[in-house]
Amino acid sequence: MIAPLLIFAYGNPSRGDDALGPMLLEQLEALNLPGVELLTDFQLQVEHAIDLKGREQVLFVDASVSCLPPFTLSRLYPEKDRSFTSHAMSPAAVLQAYQELYGEAPPTWLLAVHGESFELGDPLSAAAQNNLGQAFALVQTLCASHQAWDQFIMPATQNT
Amino acid sequence: MTFELETADHPENLKRVVIEPVTRVEGHGKVTLLLDEDNRIHQARFHIVEFRGFEKFIQGRPYTEVPVLVQRLCGICPVSHHLAASKAMDMIIGATLTPSADKLRRLMHFGQILQSHALHFFYLASPDLLFGFDSDPATRNIVGVAAAYPEIARQGVALRKYGQEVIRLTAGKRIHGTGAIPGGVNKNLSVAERDFLLKDIEQIIAWSQGAVDLIRKVYCERPEFHNGFGYFRSSFMSLVRPDGALDFYHGGLRARDEHGQDIFDHLDYSNYWDYVHEEVKPWSYMKFPFIRSRGREEGWYRVGPLARVNNCDFIPTPLAEAERRVFTEFDGGSATQATLAFHWTRMIEMLHCAEGIQELLHDDDLLGDDLISKGERALRGVGVIEAPRGTLIHHYRINEDEQIVRANLIVSTTHNNQAMNEAVRQVALQYLDGNSLTEGLLNHIEVAIRAFDPCLSCATHAVGKMPLEVELIDAEGKEIDRMVRNASGACGV
Repeated sequence: MIAPLLIFAYGNPSRGDDALGPMLLEQLEALNLPGVELLTDFQLQVEHAIDLKGREQVLFVDASVSCLPPFTLSRLYPEKDRSFTSHAMSPAAVLQAYQELYGEAPPTWLLAVHGESFELGDPLSAAAQNNLGQAFALVQTLCASHQAWDQFIMPATQNT
Repeated sequence: MTFELETADHPENLKRVVIEPVTRVEGHGKVTLLLDEDNRIHQARFHIVEFRGFEKFIQGRPYTEVPVLVQRLCGICPVSHHLAASKAMDMIIGATLTPSADKLRRLMHFGQILQSHALHFFYLASPDLLFGFDSDPATRNIVGVAAAYPEIARQGVALRKYGQEVIRLTAGKRIHGTGAIPGGVNKNLSVAERDFLLKDIEQIIAWSQGAVDLIRKVYCERPEFHNGFGYFRSSFMSLVRPDGALDFYHGGLRARDEHGQDIFDHLDYSNYWDYVHEEVKPWSYMKFPFIRSRGREEGWYRVGPLARVNNCDFIPTPLAEAERRVFTEFDGGSATQATLAFHWTRMIEMLHCAEGIQELLHDDDLLGDDLISKGERALRGVGVIEAPRGTLIHHYRINEDEQIVRANLIVSTTHNNQAMNEAVRQVALQYLDGNSLTEGLLNHIEVAIRAFDPCLSCATHAVGKMPLEVELIDAEGKEIDRMVRNASGACGV
């Protein structure tokens, strides 16, 4: 049976704060949340559109240098951007691919957690560690909420 | 194989056209075209502008961790690094793989190449091939393909997904898999997992055959154009099986010159540095490998699908072998040196992967329990495989405390470094002239680079995507023209 909520966190665990998404997912795994599937990858690719099939809601989690700290939560809509021409797609582009291939995409949000340092081999920065804790608290709230997530949207939303 | 433009006598007197970054390749690349006083292309360079840090990152780590750690080098082909590192560690622990371990790794590798080739062809290359290099960039992407050819787009996604499933079931997880370990593998395939993969393999083979049919049809509709685009002749290098067959996972090194004559054959890759040397050039952080016996000027070569299909004596699966023959015999062999023939041969290889997966899934060794072996310990290990983009070399030294003290990786994109420069130069000679910079002309250069499917985040450590920027700079450093392609695909000044 397909879990109604998909949380998809992406990033490279060996690139400093790029590990924010995968680390958040690790913390969520310990909670063993019912009705939630947790998936991770280094970066988004077109086949990840298939992972969205049959979901009621989707939450992408990514590290971001451009969002306001500690994080931003925004509603995502399909968008045809230039990440289609790359090996790594944006989450909005994945939604666009889903829409082109399979029809209307499920309601989807992006949690962008602020990071500062992305060098190979770096540990998580102190600031990112703090942001991670706050983002984890928010995701727990989201998973427990039976209401629309729109009420949790943070005001500042920028591209990651 | 001449370099009169790359080694212009007085480059200080040339104007420069700078194109950065190159779209639809990974990482941050930059193309510089040096113009002479008559605005003719005189020198071409494909730059890498960032350092590679992975070889330092790995130092001091226990060798047992390396097959897992190297997957973080590249989000595009982590399995290739996983397997190359595992083969190097096999040498360090003196292991000869059991039949089950060997076949499980081969299955994983077929899955990796299948999904990578599917991504490249359907999502990066097919927009150019189906719509034309000069078509509107707003539709020349996978969304445009999905709108105009929805079934092709769906097949591309499904092929890619199937390859990922093969990886998941052999490596244990979707990513960060631990399937291959020094001396073997840590899991076999269950009957249920095997049957899960068998269920769809006929369809995967049919779609792969369809992809070969598509690229053959597209290529052969305009043979002179596709053969001539960015054309140059070169040597090729790849692994081959002892009987000369195509083999992605293991074999000896074979290099053939531009006339198809052997430079070396069935070489033991554990001493690769006796035959391949890496040259450093001041304008690029990426090295320039060359075959020692041919020297710096003549010793560069191509790797990847075109090299492998040209170099092998046969492909050991029937459908792909039939397609190899069609390719090599097409128009008297005219496509065998063509830059755009990388796409054709890439699809022949994808078909071979699908057939190879089917063959392995009927082999009960995949279900076996004899998964680990070891032997006499060594302090040095070399692992070489054929990754999707070409020959991948991992070379490690450890100390008595079993820590990595030195690592050298030569990735496929680095092997193809000089060849990509040559492709850029040829396309520039064909299509660019002085100040006549247009979106279509610039994309011709990108199409040539994309044929190699370079992964620059692997060859360097670039992160992120940027809009395309083009500058025309004269010999005095003055910018005389500028073009920026923004995130929506539109061009502006």
